[in-house]
Amino acid sequence: MAGKILNIGVLALQGASREHITMLERCRVRGVAIKKPSGLKNVDGIVIPGGESTTIGKLIDEYEFMDEIRGLANGGFPVFGTCAGMVVLAKKVNGSHGKLLRLIDITVNRNAFGRQVDSFEADIEIRGIEREEIPFRAVFIRAPFIEEAGDGVRVMAEVEGKEVMARQGNILVSAFHPELTDDSRVHEYFLRMVRNSI
Amino acid sequence: MKLEKATDRVKRGLAEMLKGGVIMDVTTLEQAKIAEDAGAVAVMALERVPADIRASGGVARMADPAIIEAIMGGVTIPVMAKCRIGHFAEAQVLEALGVDYIDESEVLTPADESNHIDKRKFKVPFVCGAINLGEALRRIGEGAAMIRTKGEAGTGNVVEAVKHMRKINGEIRWLNGLPEDELMAAAKELKAPYELVVAVAKKGRLPVVNFSAGGIATPADAALMMQLGADGVFVGSGIFKSEDPSRRAKAIVEATTHYETPDLVAKVSRGLGEAMSGIEIDKMSKEEMLQFRGW
Repeated sequence: MAGKILNIGVLALQGASREHITMLERCRVRGVAIKKPSGLKNVDGIVIPGGESTTIGKLIDEYEFMDEIRGLANGGFPVFGTCAGMVVLAKKVNGSHGKLLRLIDITVNRNAFGRQVDSFEADIEIRGIEREEIPFRAVFIRAPFIEEAGDGVRVMAEVEGKEVMARQGNILVSAFHPELTDDSRVHEYFLRMVRNSI
Repeated sequence: MKLEKATDRVKRGLAEMLKGGVIMDVTTLEQAKIAEDAGAVAVMALERVPADIRASGGVARMADPAIIEAIMGGVTIPVMAKCRIGHFAEAQVLEALGVDYIDESEVLTPADESNHIDKRKFKVPFVCGAINLGEALRRIGEGAAMIRTKGEAGTGNVVEAVKHMRKINGEIRWLNGLPEDELMAAAKELKAPYELVVAVAKKGRLPVVNFSAGGIATPADAALMMQLGADGVFVGSGIFKSEDPSRRAKAIVEATTHYETPDLVAKVSRGLGEAMSGIEIDKMSKEEMLQFRGW
C-alpha cells in the first residue's frame, strides 16, 4: 500500500474534532470531518474525539451511526476513541449512560479522576508506541478510566494504577487527549493499525 | 509520576471539548436534567435566567450554593456558574464548591467598575464575555480560558450576538493581514496585550475557544452563529422561557451540530411551539443594556 495517502475520518458531531484533524495532517494523512454515516464509505479508519460523551452518544444514535460503525468495526475497520470516544466505545459504563457502541470489552468509569479542578497532565509510559522509553505528555480532562478489561484487551498505559489506554484488535482507546499535545506517537500507532488493516 | 493540575492546557482543554455543543442556563435540577437529556454539553447554574433578572431589576448576584450543589449532584455533564465582574470572593466560593467553569458575567450586577478578576490565581477555569477583540484579549490576558460574545442577554434577540461575532472575527482577519512591524500599533489601538496580539496575528484565531451568547432563541439562531464562526453556543433564557423547553433544547443541539445542513435545521425547527418573546434592541436605552458592563 506504499504511496497511498490514507483518509482518516474524524467524527465531528461534537467535541475536539479539529485538533485530531490537525494532528492527522501532521502525520501526513488526510483528516476528514464526518457528520453523516455516508461519509464513512470513503475513509480507512475513524477517530471518535473527546467531547461530552452523553451528547456524542445521543447524536451517534440520532443520526444512525450505530449500526454503520458497528458493522464496519466487526469487519476489521480501525476505530480510535479518545476520552468521550473511549466511553462510547466501551462495552459497559458504570452509572447511567445513554447509547454505547460496545465495541471493546472494557468497563469504564466516567469523570473518574474527579471534576475539572482535578483535571491534570502527566508524563506517562505507553507500551507499544514508537520510542516507548520516552514518556508521553498525557492530558486528562474530566477523564474516565478503565475499571475492568476483558481477556482479549491489551492495556497499554496506566496512571496512578488506573488503566488509561487499551487495544482490542482493531479498536484503540485512550482516556487522555493525545490531540492536545505536539506528540504524534499515539496517532502514528493508530495509523499503523490502519495500514495493517488494508 | 507528577500530576500537574490547573495548567493553561487543562483549563483551555475543557472548553475545546465543549466545541460544537450547546451550554444551557438552568435554575433547578429538573431543568438541568432536561438539558442533559436534550444533549447539552454543559449547564450554567443560575438563580434566575437573564430575562427574569432583566424583568425584576435589583442587584443580581451569584446563585445560592444550595442550587449549584443540587445541580452538580444530579447531572454528569460539566456545571458552570456565574459570579459578578470583579467579585473575586464569589469566584472563590464557586471554586470551593468545585464548579467546572466560572463565568465572570455582565448578566450579574458588576462588583468592581475598574477591575476584572485576576483569573490566573484560580484552579477553576473562567469564561468571559467580549464585544470585540480587544476585550477578548484583555480577558485572556487576565487568565480567561474561554471567551463568549456578550450579545444582549435576556432579549431573545440575536442581533447583538451577530454584531459581536462579526466584529471579533473581522478584527482577527485584519490582524492576520498586518505586517509584523505594525502589530504594536495594533495592540495600542485594540488596548490589548502585545504578546496576545502577535499570537492572534500569527495563528489567525483566538488562542482559546469562542462561543456565542446573548439572544439565541431558535435552532436557526444557533445555525447562524455557528456559520459565522462560533465554536459553540450558550442559550440562556431561550430554552426555559419557551413553550416546550425539552423539544426546543434538543432542536438547538441538533441545529448546532448540523448547522451547515438547512434541511436538518428545517426538520428540527418544525412545530416547536412559541419561542420566548423577544425585546427590540432599538427600544432599549444604553443603561438597560448588559453588554456595556465590563470593558
